[in-house]
Amino acid sequence: MEALVESLEKKLKTERLTGSEAILKCLIEEEVETIFGYPGGAIMPVYDALYDYEDQLKHILTRHEQGAIHAAQGFARSSGKVGVCFATSGPGATNLITGITDAQIDSTPLVCITGQVASHLLGSDAFQETDIIGISMPVTKWNFQITRPEEIPMALAKAFYIAQSGRPGPVLIDITKDAQQQSFDFTYEACERIRSYQPYPELKEQPLKTATELINQAKKPYLIFGQGVTLSGAEKELKEFVEKTGIPAASTLLGLSAFSTNHPLYVGYAGMHGNYGPNVKTNECDVFIAIGMRFDDRVTGDINTYAKQAKVIHIELDPAEIDKNIQTDVAINGDAKQALKALLPLVKSNDHEEWVKEFHECDKIEMDKAIQKSIQPTSELMTMAEVIHKLSIKTQGKSVVITDVGQHQMMAARYYQFDQPKSHITSGGLGTMGFCLPAAIGAKIGKPNREVIAIIGDGGFQMTIQELGVIMQYQVGVKILILNNSFLGMVRQWQQLFFDRRYSFTEMDNPDFIKIAEGYRIAAQRIEKREELNYAFDQWLNTKESSLLEIVVEKEENVFPMVPSGSCVSKIRLE
Amino acid sequence: MEQKEYTISVLTEDKPGLLNKLTIILSRRKININSLNVSTTEVEGVSRYTIVATATKPALEKVVKQIRKLVDVLGSFLYEEDQIYYQEIALYKLSLEVFQKNRLLETLIRQHGAKIIAIEENQIVIEKTGTKQETHELYETLQPFDILEFARSGRVAISKSKRRTEAFIRELETSQSNTLSIKEF
Repeated sequence: MEALVESLEKKLKTERLTGSEAILKCLIEEEVETIFGYPGGAIMPVYDALYDYEDQLKHILTRHEQGAIHAAQGFARSSGKVGVCFATSGPGATNLITGITDAQIDSTPLVCITGQVASHLLGSDAFQETDIIGISMPVTKWNFQITRPEEIPMALAKAFYIAQSGRPGPVLIDITKDAQQQSFDFTYEACERIRSYQPYPELKEQPLKTATELINQAKKPYLIFGQGVTLSGAEKELKEFVEKTGIPAASTLLGLSAFSTNHPLYVGYAGMHGNYGPNVKTNECDVFIAIGMRFDDRVTGDINTYAKQAKVIHIELDPAEIDKNIQTDVAINGDAKQALKALLPLVKSNDHEEWVKEFHECDKIEMDKAIQKSIQPTSELMTMAEVIHKLSIKTQGKSVVITDVGQHQMMAARYYQFDQPKSHITSGGLGTMGFCLPAAIGAKIGKPNREVIAIIGDGGFQMTIQELGVIMQYQVGVKILILNNSFLGMVRQWQQLFFDRRYSFTEMDNPDFIKIAEGYRIAAQRIEKREELNYAFDQWLNTKESSLLEIVVEKEENVFPMVPSGSCVSKIRLE
Repeated sequence: MEQKEYTISVLTEDKPGLLNKLTIILSRRKININSLNVSTTEVEGVSRYTIVATATKPALEKVVKQIRKLVDVLGSFLYEEDQIYYQEIALYKLSLEVFQKNRLLETLIRQHGAKIIAIEENQIVIEKTGTKQETHELYETLQPFDILEFARSGRVAISKSKRRTEAFIRELETSQSNTLSIKEF
């Protein structure tokens, strides 16, 4: 009887739809509201169907597929929802690859839907045919090609489940044109389980116990957190844990904003261009607690000299990350929130006043040798550091800051004082120049009520400059800050320090960014003088619409401190 | 650290494209595959990949963890030689004329535990099942008699543990949990 009722219910829910309509229905079932994309021949049936669904699905037409996927990434990272993008076959699909790779390494949940040539043409080198499944295999969490419309509901349900469960990541679904056009009886059932995929490891008691013992006995415990804290929504638990145990806490690049930078136990940002204390103290602590971070080489430097004296506790959702780069003493394989919740009642209340003081002494050294010079320079032109420092004060650390890749990215990570979670979005693992502008557009659409600031270098801006068109067309209120030093600054810094000042192809003759912005009907101004900064910031920030501020900064400013690539973190250079 | 030959055994859903997904995990780390065998198992819809590779144990342990991450992988295990039963098949083609002229050949074939599986007008085909070393020894023995063609299969292996593949899959199927750590089974 039950089976009969179930079958009748299913029949009632069944609709006769084309594959394209089914794709859109699946998205609606998954509560998708915004799609970023670019049409083309092989995905035209989907775009045709979209014409009838405009009231339920908002589509943002970017100016390049790379723009679409970075926008979807920004959307996902600011909103915590799955980012969705559409592209056509061939060049459309391959243009997504950089963003997919970026999302894979930075654990961003995405569902990318690409059109494909008709199934009878597969493998024939047809017009705009490319094996996007083969190409995207190493850079997706899962991918699947659909050749029959009946496969659409199952594949899309799986795609959403896989993209956002466990360690999030990008999924690509490639759909042949005939599968988009044919009709079938559509029903949708969300995916809740796949037998060959267990995204949530069960927390085991023994490692929690051992970790507790180590933490409770530690004299110089030290904690580094990464994006895993943000992804599992463990910001509150992390704060409670740090406050109860009195352990000094540092952030990785992607961990920034998971913990208030103004907290007395926050000791800074660890890594190549991070703060002095968090780097040198890594090699002085006795217990090292890593939460939701993956020991990237930009954090560890030389792994043979990294935290060797310490007992290492690693809280990590992805079992493949455990012991991958750094051998752990205690591995807690689980979600950061759950693990911290389980540890909280077990750990003793403590304070490590003397130990925390050691970090503050490091801060003084860094202030004298690096920070002071950067934020209060004697040079005529402004420095990136002072601009970002000023921006942080102006916005009280409450904005969502999106950065591109290079010196300005490191300066933003160092000098913006993040006060709220999910406020820092950058391309961390892949280091994709051109990420910022489209990601900021996506981030603003994902969190329309927050101030979104895109901080971009002159190099990265020109990699996806065409996305200004999206800001113009959809009136996206993004504030764009270009820090223009007419150089590919970070490469130039390396050339200066490690290649005997041979500035090979890093200097740029730039166009008039103001005229370009105005061409896209975006308010813009350029300043060069320090005394103009305050007023320019006020004008720029006090508008609801998008606006662009170009600040000409010192050409040869360096980011310090710096751990040279592959060097020991204790050997961090202050100048 | 010492590089050695290890066997990776992977149980997967029977899905197209998985071979590529699996092998790129090794190739991006510059680990060469010595042999590879893919076949269906006693459980419908489940395939087994047996990969033999030479590398350090920690490197291959990391590879196994990465393989486990693939959505369609049911289980992935790393074995040293003494933890598995394994065999390969080798086929050797000789000219019938040479075979008929050398009476000694039949004795040699028997001594190596090989058998003749085909006798044609111009040629004979010999089959030998064993380890790579054993099949190679026969190759060397037959070499002076002018081998016309030689082929060797990838390794097939089963573990010495008491695990039953069917029970393993059944447990995955019946469990409603997505936190089940069955891949450690």
